[in-house]
Amino acid sequence: MSDPMAEIKASFFLECEELLEQLQDGLNRFEEGDDDPETINEVFRAVHSIKGGAGAFSLTALVDFAHIFETSMDIVRSGEKTPSADDYKTFLHASDILCDLVVASRDETEVPKERIDGSVVTLRAFLGESGVTEEEDEVDPADFQPMGVSMDLPASTGLPDLPVLGGPPAPLGFPDPSPELPPADQSQNTNDTVDPENAPVAESADGNLPSDGINTFSIRFRPDPSLFTSGNEPLHLIKVLSGLGTAKINCVCDDLPPIDKLEGEESYLSWTIELSTSQAESSVREVFDFVEDLCELVIETDAFQSEQNIAPAPSTSERPPAPISPAPTALKSVAPSSAPVAPPVPQSAPSANSTSKPAAKAGANSKPAKVGGTVRVELDRVDRLVNLVGELVINQAMLSQSVIEAGIGSDQNVAAGLDEFMQLTRDIQDSVMAIRAQPVKSLFQRMGRIIREASSAVKKDVRFVTLGEATEVDKTVIERLADPLTHMIRNAVDHGLEDSEDRLANGKSKQGTVTLSASHKSGRVLIEISDDGAGINRPVVLRKATEKGLIAEGAQLTDPEIDNLLFLPGFSTAAEISNLSGRGVGMDVVRNAITALGGRISISSESGTGTTFTISLPLTLAVQDGMVIEVAGQTLVVPLNNIIETMTLSSENLREMGPATTVVQLRDQFVPLLDLAVELGFSSPRTSYDDCVALLISPEEDSMAAVVIDKIVEQRQVVIKGLQDSYGAISGIAAATILGDGQIALILDAGDVITNASGRTREILENPQLTGVTA
Amino acid sequence: MSLRILAVDDSRTMRDMLNLALSHAGFTTHLANDGEHGLEVLEEMDEPDAIITDINMPRLDGFGFIDAVRSQEKYRGIPILVLTTESADTLKTKARNAGATGWIVKPFDPPKLVRALELVTG
Repeated sequence: MSDPMAEIKASFFLECEELLEQLQDGLNRFEEGDDDPETINEVFRAVHSIKGGAGAFSLTALVDFAHIFETSMDIVRSGEKTPSADDYKTFLHASDILCDLVVASRDETEVPKERIDGSVVTLRAFLGESGVTEEEDEVDPADFQPMGVSMDLPASTGLPDLPVLGGPPAPLGFPDPSPELPPADQSQNTNDTVDPENAPVAESADGNLPSDGINTFSIRFRPDPSLFTSGNEPLHLIKVLSGLGTAKINCVCDDLPPIDKLEGEESYLSWTIELSTSQAESSVREVFDFVEDLCELVIETDAFQSEQNIAPAPSTSERPPAPISPAPTALKSVAPSSAPVAPPVPQSAPSANSTSKPAAKAGANSKPAKVGGTVRVELDRVDRLVNLVGELVINQAMLSQSVIEAGIGSDQNVAAGLDEFMQLTRDIQDSVMAIRAQPVKSLFQRMGRIIREASSAVKKDVRFVTLGEATEVDKTVIERLADPLTHMIRNAVDHGLEDSEDRLANGKSKQGTVTLSASHKSGRVLIEISDDGAGINRPVVLRKATEKGLIAEGAQLTDPEIDNLLFLPGFSTAAEISNLSGRGVGMDVVRNAITALGGRISISSESGTGTTFTISLPLTLAVQDGMVIEVAGQTLVVPLNNIIETMTLSSENLREMGPATTVVQLRDQFVPLLDLAVELGFSSPRTSYDDCVALLISPEEDSMAAVVIDKIVEQRQVVIKGLQDSYGAISGIAAATILGDGQIALILDAGDVITNASGRTREILENPQLTGVTA
Repeated sequence: MSLRILAVDDSRTMRDMLNLALSHAGFTTHLANDGEHGLEVLEEMDEPDAIITDINMPRLDGFGFIDAVRSQEKYRGIPILVLTTESADTLKTKARNAGATGWIVKPFDPPKLVRALELVTG
């Protein structure tokens, strides 16, 4: 990519997602009483890191908010204040706002100011009580100025060979370049300070000193012994100082004791430096920024005497004669020189201080544990791998077919090798799918926010419980689940749960509970959304459905049938709903979204105790087990998980229900019979279904039909090839696949077939004796 | 002279930025995710010219990391710059007490970072 900063910025927003997850997770654990200091530390660090990164990209709004949030977390972290239950709400809300700000920063939009301010006010209230002084609050943001960092480094500063003795290092103390300041200016200055006398006048951007001439500074510098143990070196400092202009350096050895009095770890030397430079005093001081507390330092400006002062620079002769310098403070006197040749200084003096330091903490000596290695990979690459594995599966199937056609027996080496190949292919496929799998945790966390917002919108007290957050599901499935789940969660809070008063009146706890759980069950993922509310008000649902003409007047429906009416298109109780979950999106849309994922959704409700929606999803969208069948000369694949059983029809269990409707009796229930060839428009109805093969399919709970086919060919794993992109949605067809012989076969959308036929089967639904059938 | 720098920070973004700034300056950069990891990388790379470290990190924080580095004889004089978001004096003092050579305020200005490294490495 051409712009590394843009790349880092994109990566920053990805990291933010992880940090926000970590933040909410930590807050939740902390709220639940987890008093491990690392938990709150983690929370603090998450906010801190977001702030840090945001600062680098000048995301001012994000920085400002993160700052006050961070300050609050710091107070908690330091134990200065123990948060109350309300404070946690404040924090969780703040984390939502932080999340919004991250998204807004990424999308270059804005978060409404009043939303931010609302949260800032509550955070400030929290801080206010803890006695944070106004001053601290005012000072800190100034310390942390967001600054657009330009990585267009001046080439000269970056040259690897620059810091050698001969070349002047870049002047320290140059004011931070503001984003507008072209860094080129700086590089120019850097290069031009070789000879300050002839150099163009460096502009003092901070303007704290007139820079229309050369300033002379007399600097006295005497390191404390501790300077050496801090990793600082007088040599380096003097070298950099010399680079600022013309320096006359004089080593003062007056304090050097006779050899028998020498202390190995003392510091005896000091330096006086006469520096003529076009740089401002602040630049000179900045050289000593890291050591000002580790030395005696006097910097005097001789602005008016600079002319005279340059001349009588200390000369070698003026230096007091140094005693023969013994080790370890062996020194050579330094010739005053404008060349930035620095005096060799004592090798960093060994220090007793450092050994007296507390022993390193655990981890210093013990071998650190390996960091769990992760690799970030673009999703495209994984998808390509998934596709390739798909090709491999097809290829392997074709090879198997060829082996069979070539008449090679199963006892031969080729067949055995092929078996192994088949096993490997499956393993590879599983491994690749595992790459795409992600825990549902992030999705569930987003729902936590929906709960908070929904409950405060309808003023209900709601507890949100999540179970099985570690359950892994294909990434695409997770992404596409967000909308339907959001809708259902809102519904649960809005319609599912009763008001506090009603709950108390019914002997329930004031606080309602919404539970979201995920689990694996027989190769599928189950996601349940349940509330402990009043359950579905069936008389109301029935009345509504009748009013809207979805069912015939006076129709008798069983409880599950009534519940399932919620999924019918056009059934929406939105009219009487608050503005929260209405929005014209009905449960039919939710069901369609789930079906599109190859999933099923069902509902169960008990009056007075609550409602549970169960979503059952395939583990992956890329490969399916299917049954290859033939209908009217066409080869089709029916997803195996839709098939409950196969049967051979006989006239005694078939009933004519009308001119175009036949049902088949299956033990104690009747199931509509659908001729697949007719349903898909391949051929006209056959005259008799006697002895025909039928598949009992149930793409969704409580939705069942027997479909008549010509022949079952085999059962196999198929790689799903989408048709949507090329052909749009095709009624009754979910996708296509390539079979072992290279033939293309369509994959049946069983749910769609049943829905399409529902116009004719509705009369069955309305027949009280025939249960187990809904549209 | 190409400096060999060990940069320790738990934030991926910060590591990316450090890496970019330092490699742009022609330095060889080794990255670590936290103090413990930092010690591990330090051992692998064998005597870097300087170390840059964040303070707030999981597992082993910046203070502990510097302590552990300085406790090894051969790293007693190695320049260590601390990356902080605050320039509060208390933090400087803390960094100093932990044995840091200097500090860089986040968000850092790349040329300034390079200059600071040149200052402490000579």
